[in-house]
Amino acid sequence: MSFSLNRWWAIVLKEFLQLKRDRVTFAMMVVLPIIQLALFGFAINTDPKHLPIAIVSYDESDFTRTILSSMQTSDYFAINTDYTTADEAQAALKKGEIQFILTIPSDFTKKLLRGEKPSILLEADATDPVTVSVALASIDGIAQQVAKKDLVGSLSTLWSQKNPFEIRVHRLYNPNSINQYNIIPGLMGTVMTMTLTMMTALAITRERERGTMENLLATPARPLEIMTGKIIPYVFIGLVQASLILFASHFVFGVPFNGSIVLVYTVALLFIAVNLTIGITISSLAQNMLQALQLTIFYFLPSILLSGFMFPFYGMPVWAQHIGEILPLTYFNRLIRGIILKDNDLAMLWPNIWPLLIIAVVMMTLAVKFYKKTLD
Amino acid sequence: MHLCSIPDSLWKLHLSTYENAIDVRGLNKYFGDKHVVKDLSLQVGRGEILGFLGPNGSGKTTAIRMLCGLLTPDSGEGHCLGYDITTQSDAIKREAGYMTQKFSYWEDLSIRENLDFVARVYELANRKHVVDEALETLGLTSRSSQLARSLSGGWKQRLALAACMLRHPKLLLLDEPTAGVDPNARRDFWEELHELASKGVSVLISTHYMDEAERCHKLAYIAYGNLLAKGSAQSIIEEQKLFTYEVTGERLMEISKVIEKDPAIEQTVIFGSTLHVSGKNSEAIEEVLKTQQFKSIPTSLEDVFIYLMKHTRDNYGESYEL
Repeated sequence: MSFSLNRWWAIVLKEFLQLKRDRVTFAMMVVLPIIQLALFGFAINTDPKHLPIAIVSYDESDFTRTILSSMQTSDYFAINTDYTTADEAQAALKKGEIQFILTIPSDFTKKLLRGEKPSILLEADATDPVTVSVALASIDGIAQQVAKKDLVGSLSTLWSQKNPFEIRVHRLYNPNSINQYNIIPGLMGTVMTMTLTMMTALAITRERERGTMENLLATPARPLEIMTGKIIPYVFIGLVQASLILFASHFVFGVPFNGSIVLVYTVALLFIAVNLTIGITISSLAQNMLQALQLTIFYFLPSILLSGFMFPFYGMPVWAQHIGEILPLTYFNRLIRGIILKDNDLAMLWPNIWPLLIIAVVMMTLAVKFYKKTLD
Repeated sequence: MHLCSIPDSLWKLHLSTYENAIDVRGLNKYFGDKHVVKDLSLQVGRGEILGFLGPNGSGKTTAIRMLCGLLTPDSGEGHCLGYDITTQSDAIKREAGYMTQKFSYWEDLSIRENLDFVARVYELANRKHVVDEALETLGLTSRSSQLARSLSGGWKQRLALAACMLRHPKLLLLDEPTAGVDPNARRDFWEELHELASKGVSVLISTHYMDEAERCHKLAYIAYGNLLAKGSAQSIIEEQKLFTYEVTGERLMEISKVIEKDPAIEQTVIFGSTLHVSGKNSEAIEEVLKTQQFKSIPTSLEDVFIYLMKHTRDNYGESYEL
C-alpha cells in the first residue's frame, strides 16, 4: 500500500487534538525550557564568587586591612564577620557555613617590614575541589595587589622581591582535591530524589488510571492509611539504594568514610521520608501518570542544579540560593558530605536536619489535604 | 455459587435496627452546570431487589456512587443501612458492598491476593478461612494463584462479586454487574442474588437487560436524571396505559415509516419478524392498522421503557454522557 496523505493527515490531526486536550503536557513543554534557561543562564555559575570566608586576625595594620579589602573587592570572597575566633571559625568550617578561614598571625606586619617573608594561613574546605581551586587561583593576585598599594617608598624594596609574604593553603577534608569525594556522596541524594519521588508519584495516579481507585475509595481505608501504606515499600528500596552507593563510594571509588554510619542511615531515612511525602503529594495532585512524571521532573531538575550537587551552592546568586534552600536535596548534600568527609556530629548537623523535618510534615499534610476521599 | 453461608438468625440480628436498607429523598447532583441527578427519592426494603434502569448517561452510576459515599450529593438527605449518607459514609462503606461497573480489582494481583486484600482491609476475622471458603464456592481454588488479569470477563465479574460478598454485606450496590457476561453465568448470578435476598440482603442493581429487570422485586426507571417510574414490573406497565399491537407481514420497515406519521401511533419497534405498535388510544390505532394483519398483545416492559425513554427525550430534550 502506498503512503496516503489523507490517512497521514488523519493521524496528524488526531495528535494535535489530543495534545490540545492535555493542557498540563502542553504547559510543561513551554515552562520547562524557560526554567532550564533561567537556571543554566542565570543561576549556575561554574566560576563561583562570593565564597564565605572567616577572618581570624591577630594583627591589625594597614597591610592586613589592605589584604582584607582586596579580598573583598576581588569578588571571590565574601567576608563573614560572625566568626572571629579560631574555635568559632573552625566549627563553622566544619558545619559548612563558611568555605575558608584566613588566619593572620600576630607578628605578621612586623615580619613583613623586616623583610622576613611572613606567612598567612588559608584553610579551605576542600570537599568541593572545583569551588576551592577557583578561589585559590585568585589569591596570588591579591598578594600582588597588596604589595603594589602599600609597599611604596622605602618599602618598595620589599615589593621588588617576588613575594613579600606567603599564603599557605591547607586543603581540609579532601587534601588531594579528588572530585569523586564530593560527587559520589552527593549522588546518593540525587539518585534517591529521582527514583523515590517518581515511584511514589505514580502510586495513586496508577490506581486512578487503572480504575482501581474507585474500589479503594469504597473500602473503609482512610487517606492517611492509604498514603503511608503506599510509601512503606519504598522506604526499604531507598535504604537499599543508600547502602549500594555507600558501599560503592568506599570500596570502588575510595571515598574516605570519616563519620558515623548510624548518622548516615538516620539522615538517609529522613531524606527518604521527605522524598516519599513529596512523591505522594504529587500523586494526589496529578490527574494521571504522565502528569505525575512531568511534575517529578519539574521537581528533580532544580534539585540537581540548585542543591550544590553539580554546581557550588555559594557560587549561585542569592535568589537561586533561596530556591535551593527549599529543596531537600540541598540539606541532604550538606548532611551526607558533612558526615562522610568531615565527621560532623548530630549537633553540627541539626541546622540541616530541622528543615527536612519541616518539609516532610508540610508535604504529608498537603498530600492528605489534596487527597480526594470521593470521586467528586 | 453459594457465597452466603451465614445462618439466617445471624442475618436477622444484623438487620433489626433500621426500616429500609436504602431510604433517600431529594438527592441532587451537579457536574459543573449539568444536573445529573434530579430530586431522586428511593426506598429499598430489607431483602428486596430493586432494579435500577435507564438509558446510558441517565445518572444511575452517579446515584449509586452517592449512596455509597463515593460522591457527595449537592442536596438531599437519607440513610443507607440506617447511616446518614452525608455524614456517615465511612460506616456505609464498611457495611455495604459496592461492585463497580468496570472491573476494579487489581489485575496484577492473583485471585487469592485480591480476596486476601479485601479481607484484610475490612478487618475480617478468620481471614484465611473466609478467603479459602470464597475460593471454593467460586470454584477457583485450583486457579487461586493466577493473576486476576488472566480471567475472562465473566469470571472477573464473579470474582468481584465474591470479593464484595466476602464480608456478608447487608446491602449490595451493583452497577451493571452482568454487562458482557454470558446468559448462563447471568442466570447463576441471579439465582445467587435471590438466595441472598431471601436471607434479608437488600440489593440495588443497575442493568440494561429486560430479562433481568423482570427478575427484580421492584424497578426504578431513571432518565436524564429524573426518576420516571417506580414499582413492580406489572405496575409500571399498567401505569403507562399503553395498548400494544403486533403487526406481521412483509416490509415491516416501510409500514412502520408510514404509520409512524399518524399521531395515534406513539411508538413502533421491530422485533425480528414482527412490528410492535404502541399508543394510548386503542381505537385510533386499530383504525390506522386496519389494512394490516395485526393482533392485540400485552404491553411488555421493554415497550414501556422504550416509550418512557422517547417520551422523556421529548420532554427534557437534553442528553449528556457521564
